Amino acid sequence: MSATTKTRTAAEGRTASKPAPASAAARLLGDRRLPVLVTAGLFLAMYIGGLSRYQNYGFGEPQVFLNLFIDNSYLLVAAVGATFVIMSGGIDLSVGSLIGFTTMFTAWLVERQGLPLLLVIPLALGVGAFGGFLMGYVIHNFEIQPFIVTLAGLFLFRGLCLVISKESISISDSTVSSMAQTRVSLGLGELSIGAIVALVVLAAAFYILHYTRFGRRVYAIGGNEQSALLMGLPLGGTKIAVYTVSGFCSALAGLLFMLYIQSGDPLHAVGMELDAIAAVVIGGTLLTGGSGYVLGTLFGVLVLGLIKSIIQFEGTLSSWWTKIATGVLLCAFILIQRAMTTRKQT
Amino acid sequence: MAEPRPVLEMTGIVKEFPGVRALSGVDFRLFPGEIHALMGENGAGKSTLIKVLTGVHTLDGGTITLDGKAVRIGSPLQAQHAGISTVYQEVNLCPNLSVAENIFIGREPTRAGRIQWKQIRKEAAEMVDRLGLDIDVTAPLSSYPLAVQQLVAIVRSVGHGDSDGEGSGTKVLVLDEPTSSLDRDEVLELFRLMRRLRDEGVAILFVSHFLDQIYEICDRMTVLRNGTLVGEHMVADLDQVGLIELMIGKALDQLEELHEHQLRSDVGETLVKAEGLGRTGGIAPFDLEIKKGEVLGLAGLLGSGRTELARLLFGADQPDSGKVTVAGKQVSMSAPNDAIGAGVAFCSENRKTEGLVPDLTVRENIILALQASRGWTRPIPASQRDELVAKYIKALDIRPANPEARVGQLSGGNQQKVLLARWLITQPKLLILDEPTRGIDVGAKAEIQKLVVSLSEDGMSVLYIAAELEEVLRLSHTIGVLRDRKLVAQLTNGPEITTSKILETIASGEHQ
Repeated sequence: MSATTKTRTAAEGRTASKPAPASAAARLLGDRRLPVLVTAGLFLAMYIGGLSRYQNYGFGEPQVFLNLFIDNSYLLVAAVGATFVIMSGGIDLSVGSLIGFTTMFTAWLVERQGLPLLLVIPLALGVGAFGGFLMGYVIHNFEIQPFIVTLAGLFLFRGLCLVISKESISISDSTVSSMAQTRVSLGLGELSIGAIVALVVLAAAFYILHYTRFGRRVYAIGGNEQSALLMGLPLGGTKIAVYTVSGFCSALAGLLFMLYIQSGDPLHAVGMELDAIAAVVIGGTLLTGGSGYVLGTLFGVLVLGLIKSIIQFEGTLSSWWTKIATGVLLCAFILIQRAMTTRKQT
Repeated sequence: MAEPRPVLEMTGIVKEFPGVRALSGVDFRLFPGEIHALMGENGAGKSTLIKVLTGVHTLDGGTITLDGKAVRIGSPLQAQHAGISTVYQEVNLCPNLSVAENIFIGREPTRAGRIQWKQIRKEAAEMVDRLGLDIDVTAPLSSYPLAVQQLVAIVRSVGHGDSDGEGSGTKVLVLDEPTSSLDRDEVLELFRLMRRLRDEGVAILFVSHFLDQIYEICDRMTVLRNGTLVGEHMVADLDQVGLIELMIGKALDQLEELHEHQLRSDVGETLVKAEGLGRTGGIAPFDLEIKKGEVLGLAGLLGSGRTELARLLFGADQPDSGKVTVAGKQVSMSAPNDAIGAGVAFCSENRKTEGLVPDLTVRENIILALQASRGWTRPIPASQRDELVAKYIKALDIRPANPEARVGQLSGGNQQKVLLARWLITQPKLLILDEPTRGIDVGAKAEIQKLVVSLSEDGMSVLYIAAELEEVLRLSHTIGVLRDRKLVAQLTNGPEITTSKILETIASGEHQ
């Protein structure tokens, strides 16, 4: 029965109503994985370029590669959180402030109040997640632009840093310094605890986004919020959860940053939300939401990290060139996104 | 058909919006295994009734009984769990996800929280197959044309509740104008699917403005007018004329008048002339002349380049080749502003996304283009503005006749009239109407067609695009036939031109 009523084969269906993508190039441009591949390719090209240029200065050491993870562990965690938000079609500007606040909060509790680190860590994560939850709650229930709500969060958390102390608090706690110095050997080189935590977060995010209902809802809402609502998906819960995840990741990034830099400072991580957003976008996630991969975010972070390393190896260049390179890349990737989305509309 | 117990009964439904009583005591019933048409003019309350049924609006009075049990439906999700599924005019799926995922999202099978992708793909493929469709469920939804997306939406709604244990299977399927953007083959495909579901015992509520489709597919119909119930009839017992009279509440003189209208034979000198105008990927280069007071109709299948041609003439897309002269002067047409300056107005087919600003009032929407052409530094005096707006609201019979009403709350036909009023107020020389009658009811359709005729009599040129050939044939002096993004023929309307003649031209692609 079903065979007889089939009136159009897949091929017919496409040719009848929509011209099939003609060339291989056009098909490639329509592939959602393309931006991730481009970023991965860019990373590889930059890495090979660095190898040929700085070979004699030890660029080829595996540890140089692993250092990318160590030096950017906090950025990776923050960018993973930002990926959730951007994927859902939102934006979170409070990331940097929340990172700064977490460094201050933990440094103050550990150093000034003498609380054990193991108690402070869950506390800091809880505060970060709660902050994200509140922002998500306001965004959803009062239907306010995420841009404005998280901008308020940005000012609020930065202000709270200064309420705790106007001065930087350096951390001399022995647990912190031993954790910071611990290295896990991988044979070829070693990773810090921070880098391992970041990779675990990345893996967890990948699993959540692709293998849980919550993750798929994030994609659906980013794809078309109105449709998601009419399909009966819990819009509010998902949105609030997304900002909670981002808040949690920011707090965790703050802890890793504190571990990396071993102090709390009210001016830590100013503007890091923009680095995180840049990494997400360079990693191929559409700013309008619904399309992208958290793996792309990893490559985005690695590309940003590699720019920094290359500039260090170059030696003579000012570190501001990092910003310039980031700006150029960001611009290029947004143009690629634009080309992809306009193709889809035609 | 033996009369079994209705699966759905809505009794004394009342719904009020600020200032409007959209539904006053409407009764509606739906039997299992039937396709039931909900008929009425725009603003008669069809959409409101559907939204009450599907939980988008909460009802202000009356009861809903499903399978003999009174139910309260507070949200689309509750409606789905109760077994009422809806497919809207606009496809409400996520284009960025795969077909399989669109069918399953929100009720994915999981094991220990992990989504079982293999099972989803397998079951989705089975569901699609069972309904006699051939769709690759792993492809992203956006890779399929709108018509297939609509079928996927139906697969999703009827599959709902089967597998999750929370629901009870779809008892009622609501299709709200699913056919308005489909071509004939796609409609047939949809009907095949509807019949199959009906035979499985699903009660289908079908809304369409195409009367032929109603008569082709439906068993029973309920007619609404001005928020009240006019009657429930078996389709076989009521002919089209009778139905239209019920819908508009008066005899058909208005429509007949139009049928017998004689096209004016004398048209003036050439107003707009396009030579070799074309755009790669849009439409092949064409020559076109539109005379003063002429109605030029464009006929062709969906996607044949009708809209693309119009957009070139309006400067909404930039041509690769050719030139346009308006009243003897060459116009660059590199942006809509040039066209507006030359006296060309364009009513787009997507009135929601490309034309109206839903959050502004009727008055603000009407005045928009006139104000823009004067420049923002010279506001139109309030008295003159109010007078103009009142005049066009009256002339086009926009309902509610309240210049302060927000356009987003108007029905589709009235929104179309607001858009028309906006352009008419600027007194263009050439009015481009892209599917002005899509998705609006018979009465409003006739009014808009009458308006086109009288505009042309007053000397305005009109480029008229419509999916229905009868419409084009009835109104146009000249008919441009498009096929595969090419203007293949221009026929001068006359007694020998019939719809079948146009169809032949479309099919053969040449002027015989």
